[in-house]
Amino acid sequence: MSAAIRFLTRRKGGKGWHWTDIVTWVWLIGGLFIMFGPAVWLAFSSFKTPQGLAEFPPSILPYVTQQVKVEGYEKPLMLYNAKMPDGSTRVLAEVRRIGIVSQMVDPKAPGEVIKVNIGDRQPVREVFFATENYTQPFMQFDFFRYLWNSVFVTVTATLITLIVNSMAAFALSKYEFKGRNLAMLTILATLMVPLSVILVPLYSIISTVGLFNSLWGVILPTVATPTGVFILRQYMLTIPDELIDAARMDKASEWQIYWRIIVPLTAPALAVLAIFSVVWRWNDFLWPLIVLSRRELYTLQVGLSIYAGELNVQWHYILAMTVVTMIPVVVVFIFLQRFITTGIAGSGLK
Amino acid sequence: MSSPSHTPPRTGQLKPKTDWSSVVLAPVHFIMGLADRPLRLLQKRAGIGGMAAFFLAPNMLIFGVFVLLPIIINLIYSMTGGSALFLSERSFVGTDQYAKLFDCKSYLDPMSCQEDAFWTAVGNTFWFVVLQVTLLILFSLITALILNRELMARSFWRAVFFFPVLLSPVVVGLIWKWILQRQGLLNFALYPMGFEPYTWLSDRTFAFAAAVGVSIWAHMGFYTLILLAGLQAIPKDLYEAAEMDGTKPARIFWRITLPLLMPNLLVVVVLALIRAVQVFDEVFVLTGGGPGTSTLFLTQYIYETGFVSQPRNAGLAAAASILMGLVLVVLTLVQLGIGRKNENKGKR
Repeated sequence: MSAAIRFLTRRKGGKGWHWTDIVTWVWLIGGLFIMFGPAVWLAFSSFKTPQGLAEFPPSILPYVTQQVKVEGYEKPLMLYNAKMPDGSTRVLAEVRRIGIVSQMVDPKAPGEVIKVNIGDRQPVREVFFATENYTQPFMQFDFFRYLWNSVFVTVTATLITLIVNSMAAFALSKYEFKGRNLAMLTILATLMVPLSVILVPLYSIISTVGLFNSLWGVILPTVATPTGVFILRQYMLTIPDELIDAARMDKASEWQIYWRIIVPLTAPALAVLAIFSVVWRWNDFLWPLIVLSRRELYTLQVGLSIYAGELNVQWHYILAMTVVTMIPVVVVFIFLQRFITTGIAGSGLK
Repeated sequence: MSSPSHTPPRTGQLKPKTDWSSVVLAPVHFIMGLADRPLRLLQKRAGIGGMAAFFLAPNMLIFGVFVLLPIIINLIYSMTGGSALFLSERSFVGTDQYAKLFDCKSYLDPMSCQEDAFWTAVGNTFWFVVLQVTLLILFSLITALILNRELMARSFWRAVFFFPVLLSPVVVGLIWKWILQRQGLLNFALYPMGFEPYTWLSDRTFAFAAAVGVSIWAHMGFYTLILLAGLQAIPKDLYEAAEMDGTKPARIFWRITLPLLMPNLLVVVVLALIRAVQVFDEVFVLTGGGPGTSTLFLTQYIYETGFVSQPRNAGLAAAASILMGLVLVVLTLVQLGIGRKNENKGKR
């Protein structure tokens, strides 16, 4: 036994366990639970029926009480393990409950009604995934609409961001012209001015140009990202100018240089920007909340927060829709995490 | 993005294999090719310098209309009154809105102010910033130090702490609202220890603590990542030399790690400050600013004054947002100053 422990706890280089090793692993394992736990708990909860959600203490897996069709009764009846006066246990179906006495029948012999004290019965439970939590919001409420709006905003805004930002970055990195530094400085300076500072005037501009209550009103103010211009420009600066000169000799137009040379060579930086843009736009909340006031225009984030803020919250639907909202980001996280982490570590963008 | 490794430009199509990405991109190339002819004409007219303006124009146009213009007219808004939306219908009131915001008997007691909600929000935001940034940096630093050790599956552990960063604020708010509610996980965890179920978010103190805790949970991974990058940039031979001299680990930390990490740490602190001042989304979903005004922060005050309250008071919201903007500008300048100092150090 002690040999097994020694084997399991042995370390590289034959060194013993230092107290810092213990702190490390306690921190990491604790982190695993605290960081993943809440989201996993939410995902499990999203499969519970409203009754299951109201239970305390809650179970981890979604359980429901088993039901059975009994001859002579229209509705399916709940199954219970009932303790009999003689000490034996029988599986009985509950017909009705009166005060603290439950009237039960044996599903196999439904003729005789047995009275059981409610303290003496335990529900027979089975694992059951309430998938209607997922299907109902899409059928009954507008969640399909919200999903579509979110996808439309995310995809359109990201495409425009990539094109517009890369064109600007190209101009700012490969051309000499008056006011280049001024343009660059202005773009960088606005990094200081987040959306929350210009809410009121931006709203009035959006209303003036008729984009209030329009998805374009959500998209347009977000696409000229200063961070995007900045990281693309930094990347383009490293592309040798000789390439461009050579292309010009071959009578390539400036547009072809941009499209055929610069864009392909900037692909890695564009990929990082695309990933970030997708996550940013998918997660946007405050601005859509202000611009969109008609239900059919809500994005997922807005729709979700509005439903969750209603007086009698239907948690079983909210939880399921939260999971749906989480899915794209989790997919991005699993497959593209490496790009994101190098992107952040390299430029501190978020 | 500082280490680009370009593949050399392909000279002609040498690959005989079907390149599926080129098949997918074919229609895009076709459209972009269509644009070439008119743009060649434009280039003939405007010259190469003119093309630079053409490339810059779309970004600058959007940027000007939706970022620069709002900054300018925000100032004008803050000097107007009334409940009309458009500037032309609003009356000029000078600095009245600012005077209203600052009309207080005692600045330490929000209730003595005319705009008590504003000062409550300022006070809340101040304490939030102090608590959140301190704890956030502390936790991120510890996590980064731990992830920088010789570790099995480091990228997995890094991913664990980074995961919540990508979640949307609404999702973050809902996840924790669900955990902190009466039938939630927290009460479940405390139940065996004899605690009765409690509605945590109706408790003023706890709601504030939850706002701080949840925003740390959501953003910690981001700062951990930057600090980890900083730690990994510290030359290994410094540690080897220190180890050979038999230096104690604590001394190594205070004399090597911390001083060399300081530039990153400062940047991270300022970044965290800038973001903490604007706290809104996840807390808004989690608590809605309540119970009472215990988690009402500046951005929510601006949002509610300008868009929710009846009648809307755009002037007051603009004035408050300009005050917040000033704080952010100062913080950003500090950050840029630090960045420049670091750069100079690198050059020397």
